Amino acid sequence: MVNKLIKEDTKMFLTGNEVLAYAANAAEAEFMYGYPITPQNEIMHTWCKLLPKTGAGFLQTEDEISAGFSTLGGILAGKRAFTATAGPGNVIMQDAMSMAEMMRIPFVCAVMQRGGPSTATVIYAQQETRLTCYGGNGEGFRIVYSTAGHQDLFDYMIKAFNTAWTYRFPTYVLADGYQGKMREPVNMYDPASRGITMVPTEASLLPDGEIGKDRKSMHWRNTYNMEEELMEVLDEYKVDFEALEDKIAEYEEYKADDAEILVIAHGIVARSARTAIDELREKGIKAGLFRPITLRPLARKPLKEAVNRAKQILFTESADGQMAQMILEAIYGCTTPYSTLYKMGVGVTGGDIVAKVEAMAKQPATV
Amino acid sequence: MVRTKIAIAGEGGQGVQSIAKILVEAGYEAGKHVMYIPNFGVEQRGGVSIAFCQISDEPIGEPRYSKADIVIMLSDRALDRCETYVDENTTIVYDTSVCTRAPECSGKRVIGVDANKIANEDLSARVFNIIILGVLLEATKVLDIDDVKNAMELALGKKFNAKPELRELNYKALEVGMQLIKEKAGV
Amino acid sequence: MAYKLDIAPALPDAQNEEVGASKFCPGCGHGMVLKSLAFAIDDLGIKQKTVFGVDIGCCLLAWNYLDVDTVQNHHGRTTPVIYGVTRANPEAIGIAYMGDGGGLAIGAQHLVNAAVRGERMLIVLVNNTNYGMTGGQMAPTTLPGQVTETTPYGRDCDATGRPAKGAEMIAAIANPEKSYVARATISNMRKLRSTFKKALETVDKGGFAFVEVLSVCPLNWRTNNVDTWARLQQMEEYFEVKEFVSGSEGQNG
Repeated sequence: MVNKLIKEDTKMFLTGNEVLAYAANAAEAEFMYGYPITPQNEIMHTWCKLLPKTGAGFLQTEDEISAGFSTLGGILAGKRAFTATAGPGNVIMQDAMSMAEMMRIPFVCAVMQRGGPSTATVIYAQQETRLTCYGGNGEGFRIVYSTAGHQDLFDYMIKAFNTAWTYRFPTYVLADGYQGKMREPVNMYDPASRGITMVPTEASLLPDGEIGKDRKSMHWRNTYNMEEELMEVLDEYKVDFEALEDKIAEYEEYKADDAEILVIAHGIVARSARTAIDELREKGIKAGLFRPITLRPLARKPLKEAVNRAKQILFTESADGQMAQMILEAIYGCTTPYSTLYKMGVGVTGGDIVAKVEAMAKQPATV
Repeated sequence: MVRTKIAIAGEGGQGVQSIAKILVEAGYEAGKHVMYIPNFGVEQRGGVSIAFCQISDEPIGEPRYSKADIVIMLSDRALDRCETYVDENTTIVYDTSVCTRAPECSGKRVIGVDANKIANEDLSARVFNIIILGVLLEATKVLDIDDVKNAMELALGKKFNAKPELRELNYKALEVGMQLIKEKAGV
Repeated sequence: MAYKLDIAPALPDAQNEEVGASKFCPGCGHGMVLKSLAFAIDDLGIKQKTVFGVDIGCCLLAWNYLDVDTVQNHHGRTTPVIYGVTRANPEAIGIAYMGDGGGLAIGAQHLVNAAVRGERMLIVLVNNTNYGMTGGQMAPTTLPGQVTETTPYGRDCDATGRPAKGAEMIAAIANPEKSYVARATISNMRKLRSTFKKALETVDKGGFAFVEVLSVCPLNWRTNNVDTWARLQQMEEYFEVKEFVSGSEGQNG
């Protein structure tokens, strides 16, 4: 057991990376495996600084490949373990993540997106959206929460552990370098005070009981001999994953009820969109926001309803349509025309969105 | 003004991020909504260092803004790098004793201060950034000097307690900065 | 005259009797390595706290060979999974089982760093001088002049380097006080069992152990019994069979 540091509601002024370390502790996380990569380093730094107080564990591995796989080892041993990464680290950690997907290991990872492809920038992007949702040589049976600021980071990091250990799909807190490095206030709390009980963990390797007496030895597989054998397993996973949409899909709407121009954005860009929408409403333009919080699975029904209510859609993100591609697939059949505002690896400001929506109001989208 | 958007840019080592931290910490302690993003490049040292700060009476949406209300430019490279955050409503402050030229962009007003020269000649090179903080404080008027002093105590308290004269030096630098812009604003 | 064998062959307790016939190719060395390992686990009575990780390659076929908790891993990634387990559960005795490709090529950084950090685990590296499961390509350990699918005219050391000596490398970097590093061979099963025993004792005391085992791959080598044995002897000349580090037992124990 670890010592929880946040015993009563505490408002603090922190960077997002610091918030994630505190949130993992609040969630009773017992072990972090990690490897340095900007812009997520301070998650590890904070976690390590707190170790004497928390009594948790940490291992700095030789790369993100091993950070991912040793996290799996820790989880198989029955610990609430997690890791964090970004950019090129996220790329090579996909190896471990696909093992988590195949073996239904409750892997939890915070992804602080930076510019891509390649080393690109160490600053910010939303260019790991597709990679985080669908990376690896599989089907994307993953749960992805896209956060929009420090309160989200705290709330959803806690939630990620429970989602992962309840449904046993790899679960991500998808944020970015801005959220990791920026400072803003956050309200931290003991999850128990909000009625949140942490789902108990269990060991897959060396669980209780004596081999040959109480139980058989465990032989965990990720390899199958026959194609049909594999499909049988994956068909079951698919049923489980599709059932998740009703249980855990989350979204946020802002002035979307009567919106003529609906902005669809996730993560920190959705926050810029809120600023823009207030300004646009003041100017008499009926703009609103639909923000998917879970990118996997998407809340498809409310998404379609919001899209159908609007006269025009604006997809905006700090990538070249990675989120839009997923949304367009989910809203297949809707006929609302759309326009796009994509800034690859660059923040989308409220001003950018205001200008774009004003242009759309004058000259409607036709696509 | 509901929301003040501040960009501070200089060379790595000039203490840009340190004063940004003090500034937002002061805002936070004063009960305002604050947001601070340090711009960080690949290099630990030697790049242009920019701090994007916002202090607001209402919750802050966008973490990064297109145009700032005030941009502080503390080197030639900062002049070039920060033009993009300037529009007709932006106040530009630059250090005439570091920059070899004036900013080419035109904002609402352009103010040159010689903080670096004053720091070196009258105070200490180490408090150059605190003079700039004073300039910023007076130019924006969104925060009270006591809040800033409290935030300085949080950031530098240990050093101050070890060497009390440092506290006086920093307070002096803050005053000098504020005075500097009062004079300039009168021009 | 035929005799009916009515005494069951002695199976180690740590071997999974439900598996039946080995899935390895006829003449493969893995069965011998695994049986020796299982006997060593028996010798120390550590079956109930052993975690066995199998790498990709022929090692994967050992996934249910032992009657201990076992996990399949990705190619080269058995080492980090197993030290992930033992870091999280200090009671566990972790064994990572891999081939020469998994240990010295695709997973070399894990092997090196696990040794440097002194991870509390035993790494068993079965050296059969080629990639077996994928059809007999050159491995880091392929002997000079050896014919493989990717060195059809024999390994040219000028172009592909010299055979990697895993045990010597690990001996050079592991903490001599807290490690056990050895090279053994399936030509001496009794020694192999005692080597595994010493290695596991080291791990049980909190140390790091590495055992490279010289083994055979007659299928990909395309050798008969006599030639297979001759090749193993050739390997034993190239790769010195000995204890390199036996720190936990005292000076060169």
